[in-house]
Order: sequence, then structure tokens, then C-alpha cells
Amino acid sequence: MVLLRHTPTEVKERKALMINPAKTCQPIGAMYASLGIHGCLPHSHGSQGCCAYHRSALTRHYKEPVSAATSSFTEGASVFGGQANLLQAIDNIMSVYDPEVIAVHTTCLSETIGDDLNQIRDKAIKTGKLPEGKTFVGAPTPSYVGSHVTGFSNMVKAMAMLAEPTGKKNGKVNVIPGWVEPSDMGEIKRLAAMVGVDITLFPDTDGVLNAPLTGEYKMFPDGGVTVKELKGCGDAIGTLALGEWCSADAARWLDSKCKVPCTVLDMPFGLAATDRFVDVLRTVAGVSVPETVAFERGQLVDMISDMHQYFYGKRVALWGDPDQLISMVEFLISLDMQPVYVVTGTPGKKFEKRIQELCEGQPFEVKVKAKGDMFLMHQWIKNEPVDLLIGNTYGKYISRDEDIPLLRWGFPILDRQGHQYFPTVGYKGGLRLLEMILGLLLDRKDRDDPETQFELVL
Amino acid sequence: MAKTKKVVQLMPTDIKEELLAKYPPKVARKRAKQIMINEATESEAPSEILANVRTIPGIITMRGCTYAGCKGVIMGPTRDIVNITHGPIGCGFYSWLTRRNQTDPGPDGDNYMPYCFSTDMQDQDIIFGGEKKLAAAIEEAYELFHPKGICVFATCPVGLIGDDIHAVCKKMKAKFGDCNVFAFSCEGYKGVSQSAGHHIANNQVFSHLVGENETPPEGEYKINLLGEYNIGGDGFEIDRILKKCGITNVSTFSGNSSYEQFASAQHADLDCVMCHRSINYVADMLETKYGIPWIKVNFIGAESTAKSLRKIGEYFADKKLIDRIEAVIAEEMPDVEAARAEVLPNTEGKTAMLFVGGSRAHHYQDLFSEMGMKTLSAGYEFAHRDDYEGRHVIPDLKVDADSRNIEEIEVEADPELYNPRKTPDEIKALEDAGYKFKHYAGLNEQMDKGTIVIDDLNQYEAEKLVELLKPDVFCAGIKEKYSIQKTGVPMKQLHSYDSGGPYAGFKGAINFYHEIDRLVSSKVWSYMKAPWQESPELTGTFVWE
Ligand code: SF4
Ligand code: SF4
Repeated sequence: MVLLRHTPTEVKERKALMINPAKTCQPIGAMYASLGIHGCLPHSHGSQGCCAYHRSALTRHYKEPVSAATSSFTEGASVFGGQANLLQAIDNIMSVYDPEVIAVHTTCLSETIGDDLNQIRDKAIKTGKLPEGKTFVGAPTPSYVGSHVTGFSNMVKAMAMLAEPTGKKNGKVNVIPGWVEPSDMGEIKRLAAMVGVDITLFPDTDGVLNAPLTGEYKMFPDGGVTVKELKGCGDAIGTLALGEWCSADAARWLDSKCKVPCTVLDMPFGLAATDRFVDVLRTVAGVSVPETVAFERGQLVDMISDMHQYFYGKRVALWGDPDQLISMVEFLISLDMQPVYVVTGTPGKKFEKRIQELCEGQPFEVKVKAKGDMFLMHQWIKNEPVDLLIGNTYGKYISRDEDIPLLRWGFPILDRQGHQYFPTVGYKGGLRLLEMILGLLLDRKDRDDPETQFELVL
Repeated sequence: MAKTKKVVQLMPTDIKEELLAKYPPKVARKRAKQIMINEATESEAPSEILANVRTIPGIITMRGCTYAGCKGVIMGPTRDIVNITHGPIGCGFYSWLTRRNQTDPGPDGDNYMPYCFSTDMQDQDIIFGGEKKLAAAIEEAYELFHPKGICVFATCPVGLIGDDIHAVCKKMKAKFGDCNVFAFSCEGYKGVSQSAGHHIANNQVFSHLVGENETPPEGEYKINLLGEYNIGGDGFEIDRILKKCGITNVSTFSGNSSYEQFASAQHADLDCVMCHRSINYVADMLETKYGIPWIKVNFIGAESTAKSLRKIGEYFADKKLIDRIEAVIAEEMPDVEAARAEVLPNTEGKTAMLFVGGSRAHHYQDLFSEMGMKTLSAGYEFAHRDDYEGRHVIPDLKVDADSRNIEEIEVEADPELYNPRKTPDEIKALEDAGYKFKHYAGLNEQMDKGTIVIDDLNQYEAEKLVELLKPDVFCAGIKEKYSIQKTGVPMKQLHSYDSGGPYAGFKGAINFYHEIDRLVSSKVWSYMKAPWQESPELTGTFVWE
């Protein structure tokens, strides 16, 4: 039985039809980022359908409650503008849920009409709908530009714009982790604490989208970066933005508007990217890295050396978000694996260039496409197969059809759990990535080996 | 169990007041009309509930949009049609395989359900219009797959910029000649919920597809099954039972359906409506145009399944069929009874709440009552008044601006194909014997007096209800799942069944009994507090022995 039976092997260029996208729309990214603010209710300014879809998708991935309100446009609002709906929404939200922060993002609809969030915010303040002491964060997130990653970035930038520099440095370092799992955000905090640097991490969904089950529902869980911390971002000694696509805009804004110097780094997946993160972190903060960090690093190197024979020369196809893919491709190359197909739905020629650069001089040729889709990637695989797939749950159809193991990594993962609890960033996360990849490759070997070659010792 | 039951008896009126207390006055007034303390029995005139009205901005709703109802619900399970979402990528992405519609591609093997097709509109398409891109996308789909049909779905921005998707489709259909291409103006801002989308979908399927296939399918006792979407394999189980009874299912709208099935629907002799909310319009139109009568059935619950089968038997009034139906029921019921006996000690006397989209909040109460469980509160996400109060209130429904912008299509008797399946006398004889055509009772009638019926429940009210009434199980959708479970109350998804199913028919009932038993008996709900949290005060010092 073949699930994607209509996918032809022959690749024909398509100009208009997207099939099996490797991206989704901006607002969901903004919603996810907003959940990383303490006491925040995300609000989707548009028709209620988008909000329902975004909440469902996030819930399915994180297996956690995702509260978000909507302006619930009907035809009238679509014609006359959504200001009345949003003002009414703010009023209701404050009476019923009383959040500290409302983080509003737009949708296709409100963007197309041209609703201006800043003007609506001012009106909300003037009419007393937004009580004093409450914070309004607004981000435009038109879905016909970029992808969910862009939306995430736009909301993170809106968060940075809350900064109120006092002119006195507070000795902290801003770290913008990008769209990673709550567990990854936790790991970044742990690593920074080990290095001995006081950081402000934003957004921070650790403790929000991996909260405990206690018999009590907290609409606003304990985690998240506070508004006070965000205001303090302008007094930091520096900003590390992890990921050009997810985090750089916010960091550059803080740099140019608040004079907080920034460094844009890759997301710390794998050995080298984590090395750079730790190295820059200690330089910015002016501390020396303790032995405990080097110890963890050594463990990762140890596992690479122990299991190198199984990684060596293995061909991999990957799809997902640009920042994550860049670090992953680098990591795979460092293991002597061969990331031969790389697809992201998020547009950007820069991405293709970066992946090409990473693969330069390697003993394989990489096919890379920004603004690609999984249909195309599947066709490539049909023409010349790979040993491993790395990407989100939607890859399970290709995995089954082509009988190739799939490492579920990225967004969304709808059919497995653990990503919200176990990090894949940093050295510890690297160990986990290796463990998962090895498990897949060796399970495969155990299944495929002929009886005569089936071995106990591997 | 660590959870303590409420000892205080709350009056339903107190509960209603509690639910409304926090709202601003205007919101409270509106919600008051959507929350009703049930008093309905057949003799009493039930009070009116406000339904199918706009969602209140800012109030966290369970609802989705018109597009979701059209593309997701109705057209989602149509396996051999290429469904293209015209719009930016999100809407198409989120409706990609997320409803757990199962399908059997059959011998022809055509199945596009695992694919997501979109025009992925970019800013230049929004500015300059997306018609060209849409035409190109349809062409590319045709060239790649040569499907029998291509359907196009409009999302919000498409309606706003005014792309004429119908004209594009018409042009492409004429160009291809052997591929039916048509479109749905199902922009999310139209209507107030998914319900408008069901209506739009059904109208177009009826106008562009039903009746296309002139060859009558083979088989006896031909029915259409309307409003069954094969979530978690429900449709498979119903088909198994129908087949066993010798009943021919010409077409299911739209679970596990195919293009040919829709195209042949006019050949059935009876329409059986499962989810009346999503599809009663089609039943009406099939009757007007082709003369096929319709009845309401319910295959959720073993008793309801048996009842529905008997109702079909009675309609065809053929001893051979009636005997076979009885034989099938007699054969299937012992397993059901055995499963029931097994779970009853764990489920009897327990309570449930059900807030799901359409008729599931109603149908599933049958299964719960088979397990001895009482429904304390229920309601729909996108119902109209008749779903609560019964079909007879339809003439009294107010047509507001939001309903008016959903196209009503005029249907007339087909000059050639109209063929009343029963004479007026036959119909009358059946009706005199208590047989009900074109009828459903609504949720209120089924529920006990003093239970609380709530339309368009929102997250805040859900939380309050659970806090006040502590049900043993709460049924809703994925968005509600984890906030309910955080309170220590098990939550069962009834839109997409979590990972379970089928729950329809006899085998489905058995599955559901076991599933609910698992949920209400799970040990996990006793782990909420750590030992040191149960008695945090230190009352003495520990003495080492
Ligand atoms: S693409 Fe636009 S309309 Fe569709 S879900 Fe995303 S924001 Fe909403
Ligand atoms: S409300 Fe509009 S934009 Fe949003 S999901 Fe529905 S159709 Fe798409």
C-alpha cells in the first residue's frame, strides 16, 4: 500500500500549486511567541477560524492548553474595519480573563483591510478599555508574506520594543532563543547558568507549554518572561540572537534603538553551534567557562566517536524551519553524514546560499530549496533515496511509502511526545539527537540484516 | 480518588448565575439567552435558546470558521477530488489530515486525502489579484494527477480582494472537458461558525455533482447515508452493518466517499441523516428534486443503531429485510451486552458533559446512558435552534444578516428524474403508525429536567462548569482537552476521538464503553497531589526505628 501514490517520480516545475507545504502562516508563530510572555493572552485580530486553527495546531504539538482570544470578524468587520471588534474584545478580555499582557497579532484578513494596531491600541488606552498597568503588544503578521517563522520573529521584535532603556546597564545578557521547544528554552537557561551568565530569555515558553498536571488549571502558568524583564532588555550588556530568521530582527532593533550590541548566531543545535554560543556568551559577559561545561561537551564528542561508524556516509533528507535546518545540516556534516536534500517553505535565497556554503567541499552534492515543498522533496527521494528523514510529522507518509526511518524534529510533531520535555539544543541536546538518530539507524539495521549477519554486539 | 465530590447541591439557576457573573453587562445579557436550564419534556413547551449568533469578540470560543466547515468537514473526506485551498498557506495547512477521516481507496486506488494543495498566495497576489495563479494551479493539478474532480476553496483574503473563483473554475472545466471543476465561496468571515461552511459545501456538491452518474448502482434497499464523516472509522463500521443487513449504501456524504458515489446519490430510495446539523439541506433538496424521502437515524449507541436499522426496515416494509435486520441485531447484541456488563460497575452513576460541534453532543448521550451515565450539561458549537428544540421550530427561525449572506439554492422537481419513492397514501399510512419522516427531536428533549444546555460554550464557562459540577468525564475538542485535564477531569475528544474509534454501530459501542471505562478508571487522576502536599503540616518528628 502506498499512501502518496499519486506522487510521480518525474519532477516538473510548478509555478502556482503548492503541494504538501513545509511551512505554515505567520500568526501561529506569533501566537507561540506570545505564550512565552508571563501572564499573556495572545489575541488573533481577524476571523475566529484562524485562531481556532492556530490553537489546535499548537495544542496538538505541545499537548498543553493554548488559550488565545480572537476578534471574531464577520462580514461587517471585514468591510468596515476591525477596530470596533478589537476594542470590544479588549474590554471583554480584561473583564473575564484579566491577563497582564495582551499580545495582538493580525491575520490575512485584518492585514488586507489595513487595520492599524497601534492606532487601535491608543484608542483602547484613551477609552479606558485597556486599564493602566496592563501591557499591549502588537505585531503585524500577514500570512501572505514569509511563514510561521516570520510571524514568530515579528512578535519577538514587538516584545523587544517594550524595552525602556534607563541608560544604566544591568549586567544581564539578552538571549533570544528563536522557535525552539519549551524544553530547549529550559536547556538554554541551564547552560547559561552553568556558564555563570545572568540572561533574559525571550520568549520563554518553558513552564508554560510543558507545565505539570496538578489538578489545577492555570490559564497563565508560572513560566514566561515578565514585562519587567522585557522593559529591562534595553539595559542589557548585549544580545545574542539565535537564528537569523527567528531572532535577528528583535536583536538588531535593540542594537540600533537601545544601543545594546547584538550578535546573531546559529541556533545551538549540535557541537559547533553550541560551542559558538557558549564562546560568545562568555565573551559578552566577560566570564570564563567552567569545567562542568567542557565536561558535557566532552561527553558529546565521546558519543560521536563511539558511534561514528553508523553515521558515516549516511544520506539524509531534511525539511523544516531555516534556522533549525542550518544548525542541523552543520551537525550532520560534522558526523560525516550527508544532508543531501534540504527544503524549507520559508522563502529566502540566503538560506540556499548558507546551506550550499556549509556543504562546500563535502563528498556529496546538496539539493536545497527555500520556498520548496515536501512533494518536491519526495520526488527527489524517489529519484535517489536516502537513509534517514529528519522533519516534522507530515514526513511519516514518505517514511512509510519509501521505508525510510524518520526522526521527528521540528514543528509540528503531532504523533509523538517528548519534544516538549527533552531538549535537543546544547551539548545535552546533542546527545539526545545522536541517541535518537542511532536508535533509528540501528533499528533499521536490525530489521534488515539477514539472519546470518544479525548480531548481538553492535 | 484524590478528587473530592461537591457535597453542596447547587441549583441550576445558581450555576447559570455563576457562569454569567464575571461578564460585562452586555455580554452577560447575550450569554444568558444562550444558557438554558432544561425543562423540556414532550408535553411542556420548551423555552427558546439563542443559537447561531455571532461569537463575542475576545471571549475564547470553541468555534472555527466557515472554511473549516466547508473544506475541513464536508469536503475533507472526499478521497478522489483534488481540493485546492485558494489563499495564503495557513488555512490549507491546518486542514491537512487533522480530522482523522479514514478512507479506503478501493480498487481504483485514487486518494488525494494525504495531500495538501494550496495556491500559497503571496503579497503580490493579494495586491494584483489571485485569479491567474489559481487558474495556473488548477492546470498544474490537472496535469499532474488527472483527477475526476478539482474543488477550490476561498479563504478570507480571497473574498476581500474579490477573486472570481467560480468563473476561473468554469473556464478550466470547459478547457479540460473530462474533469469537473467547481468552487466554494466559503471565506471564514461568512456566517458565524463552521455551520455556514457545511451549507455552502452541500449546496455546491448538490449543484455540480449529484446526478452526474446516470447508471443506477446494483443492489437492494438503496439508501444514502448523510452526515457521516468516517472519523476514526465510524463509516466503516456502519457500512459493515448495512452490508450484513443487505442494505445498499449508495453514497455516504461524505465519509469514505468517492466522486462516483456523490454522482449517483439520486438513485437511492431513502436518505438516512446522521448529523442533521451539517446536512439536512441536502436531504431536503434530494427529496424535492428526486422524490427521495428522508429520515433521521443515529448509529451512535447500540440501542440507537438497532432502532435506526429497524426504522430503515420499516420503511422498505419487506419481510426479507426486516428478518435479516432482526437476525443481525440478535447476532451483534450479545457482545455489546457482555462489554456493557463489564464496564457498568465502573461507569454506573457517573456523570458526563458534552460540548461538541454538531449532533455528537446529542448522539453520544445514548452511549453514556447505556453505561448508566448521566449527562449534566451539553451544548453545541455551531448549532441552530432546531438542533436544541427540534425540527418543528425551523419556520420560527429568524433570518439575520449572517444567515442571509449564505446562498440558498432553489431546487425544483427534476422533470425527468423526479420519482416519488412512496405514494402519499403509503407515507400517510407510515406516519399514522407513528413513523417520522423529516424529523429530529433536538437535544433538549433527550436531556433531563434541570440539566444545563449551553450554546457556543467558551473556555471560561467550561472551566466554571467543571469546577462547580465536577463531571467524571468531559467531552469536547482538542483545544479544550488539556485545560480540562489540568483540573484532573478526564477529557474525551468527540470531534476526532483522540486516537480511538470507531464508536458508531455495535463494535463502536463496545469500543466506546471500554474507552470511557479506561478514562474514568485511570489511576492517573489519583496522582494529582504528592504525599507531602496531601498533608503539608508536619505534625510530629519521624522516629527512626
Ligand atoms: S493563512 Fe491567513 S487566513 Fe489562513 S489561517 Fe493563516 S492567517 Fe488565517
Ligand atoms: S477564518 Fe478565514 S483565514 Fe481564517 S482559517 Fe478560516 S478561511 Fe482561513
